Amino acid sequence: MKQTLISKGLGNAATTAVRLLFAAVAAFPIVFMMVSSLKPDQQIFGDMSSVAAFLPVGNISLDNYAAVFDRVPAARFLMNSIGISAVTVVLGIFINSLCAFALSRMEVRGKRVVFTAILATLIVPFQTLALPLVWWVNQLPYFELNGFSLEISKGWLDTYQVQIIPFIANAFSIYLFHQYFESIPKELDEAARIDGAGWFTIYRKVVMPLAGPATATVAILTFLPAWNSYLWPLMVVQSEELRPVMIGIQYFFQLNVSWGEVMAYASLITIPVVVLFIAFQRSFINSIASSGVKG
Amino acid sequence: MNKRFTRILATSVAAVALVGSLGACGKGSASAPSAGSNEITMWTHNAGNAEELKAVENIVDSYNKSAGAKAKIKVQAFPQDSYNDSVVSAAAAGKLPCIVDIDGPNVPNWAWAKYLTPLKLDADVSKNLPSTVAKWEGETYAVGTYDVALAMLARASDLKAAGVRVATVEKPWTKDEFQDALTKLKALGKWEYPLDMGTAGTGEWLPYAYSPFLQSFGGDLINRDGFQSADGVLNGDKAVEWAQWFRGLADQGFMAKKSGKDSTQDFLNNKSGLLYTGSWAADKARAAVGKDLVVMPSVDLGNGPKIGGASWQWGVTSGCTNSAAAMDYLSYSLKPENLAAVAKATGTIPATDEAAALIPAFAKGGTNRIFMELSRNYAVMRPETPAYPFIATEYGKAVQDILAGADPKTALDKSVKAIDANIKSNGGYKN
Repeated sequence: MKQTLISKGLGNAATTAVRLLFAAVAAFPIVFMMVSSLKPDQQIFGDMSSVAAFLPVGNISLDNYAAVFDRVPAARFLMNSIGISAVTVVLGIFINSLCAFALSRMEVRGKRVVFTAILATLIVPFQTLALPLVWWVNQLPYFELNGFSLEISKGWLDTYQVQIIPFIANAFSIYLFHQYFESIPKELDEAARIDGAGWFTIYRKVVMPLAGPATATVAILTFLPAWNSYLWPLMVVQSEELRPVMIGIQYFFQLNVSWGEVMAYASLITIPVVVLFIAFQRSFINSIASSGVKG
Repeated sequence: MNKRFTRILATSVAAVALVGSLGACGKGSASAPSAGSNEITMWTHNAGNAEELKAVENIVDSYNKSAGAKAKIKVQAFPQDSYNDSVVSAAAAGKLPCIVDIDGPNVPNWAWAKYLTPLKLDADVSKNLPSTVAKWEGETYAVGTYDVALAMLARASDLKAAGVRVATVEKPWTKDEFQDALTKLKALGKWEYPLDMGTAGTGEWLPYAYSPFLQSFGGDLINRDGFQSADGVLNGDKAVEWAQWFRGLADQGFMAKKSGKDSTQDFLNNKSGLLYTGSWAADKARAAVGKDLVVMPSVDLGNGPKIGGASWQWGVTSGCTNSAAAMDYLSYSLKPENLAAVAKATGTIPATDEAAALIPAFAKGGTNRIFMELSRNYAVMRPETPAYPFIATEYGKAVQDILAGADPKTALDKSVKAIDANIKSNGGYKN
């Protein structure tokens, strides 16, 4: 009995050790980034060949963080990204779930063709669409309130909405909602209809309240690319005050790169994602498990 | 549940309203001049480079305040690494500003693509460093306020310990002397690799840094007579010799096939003894190494030392509705005091002797004067053809393949085939 307990204890310890090892390996890049953000450049490279690279030792300070705010309007970029990502997520959930609801619940001729066409867009990489999309968004009308008059001009370049609206409708989000809605019994719709509910009421009061896991998955899978968006804002935004955080990283790659500042900025823009991950850890894991997509 | 959904819906409505409000307050400043505003926009690549941006903004401010200003110039800065992508996107959308910053070797391509219009400047640029004036098909399309130069940095104490002479502009190292120097430096046992050529570099660094060696051997990126084929120059005997020599530096353990991410920092941390880099690293190195630092010219591999010419320059776009004002501003920006201000802020080589005289480091006898001499004596323009961006990409791939172990002749033949096909498919890049 005693021997069994000992061997069980040893087994648990070995399992924990292996887990800790994997956790450490996964954490190394983030730890390196955070630690390096506190060191001067010369020390970052000096520590590179030893374990000191992962330890806050030596000449530690917040100088790199101060320099980041001197070099880049980091607060502005962060606020822009938070706003753009939040609006994209909220509107993405609303629009994509509505679309998926229609495709799942309504009896419309040709809906299979429509659904297939939507899914087919998944195989087209965004990079191939980017340049034509720039041309398109530049043709769209732009409405601006100037005092009491509404002014109309052409082109969405250099605006917030050009960073949001093209990414609201998303084939993968529609697919996720659609598959989830299919698992909700249609009898619930019929019961609601007997009670006098219309389609929107069924969507709002029956289906969506039961689709929490799908909503969380879509929220996460929409947020991450919105936060990490780089190519598109690079192409469509010219004014500094409208740029998102990822563009900011390029500010540091000058002829003489200050790696400490790069690490400080990278740490700053990682913090919101880490906070979000900690807050919604379970949903993150479920979203990866249910969608098979890593953010 | 219903309450929760109502909240979601309310949030969605709020989000729609937010989009509206973002739209209302979130329109950036237009690049094109608005009717009657007499304002033109200038794009520059130096967002994040506070010193250079400030110097440019100061020139713009002083122009805007000057009595003779033909328009108000407005500066929009972009990060350097992504600048070209922003310009190409804007060109596709027809939203280019009036004045743009351009990396010198790309000027012919942008001129060919009709992004740029030939310059008609009041300023006399005949005395500027040749590498700061970008021409294509007989017309000047861009002018730079500065250039940069490649050189070899070392510690005099290391060279002395190894018994290696300091190379000078008058007497650079020959190929054999370079081999001998590397052998002796390696024998000191201080470094795993005595030479750092920045082999981890990517993009424009590869042709900028390594094609001068090819040219010093007698090869080139393209046959400059008509710029229609690379056959015979990029894959000829001299080019193969260059490739074998370059690969040999790694095979003999003189340099890493892939250096560290920051070669300058590695040199300062004494991880290498000889650093091949640009003039931009000199001030940082001098601050750390002090008087022990020596700046030497590149190696003479048979046809004299060569270094890449042309850095960032300014041009006027063909769609600019007030090109007279744009040209006027460019002429203003080329005044010696303006050239000196930018060069001083960036540690780069001022475009004229007159401007150099205003900066102690670049004046005769100054610590950085050598870079000016290197530029005047050894700079070779990267091929002035619209095909250059494609050639640069193919050459970069060949360099990386050769370092990774590919057969030099096969790798170079592959590049030549791709380059020639590209030129043919673009109708010879005729104007």
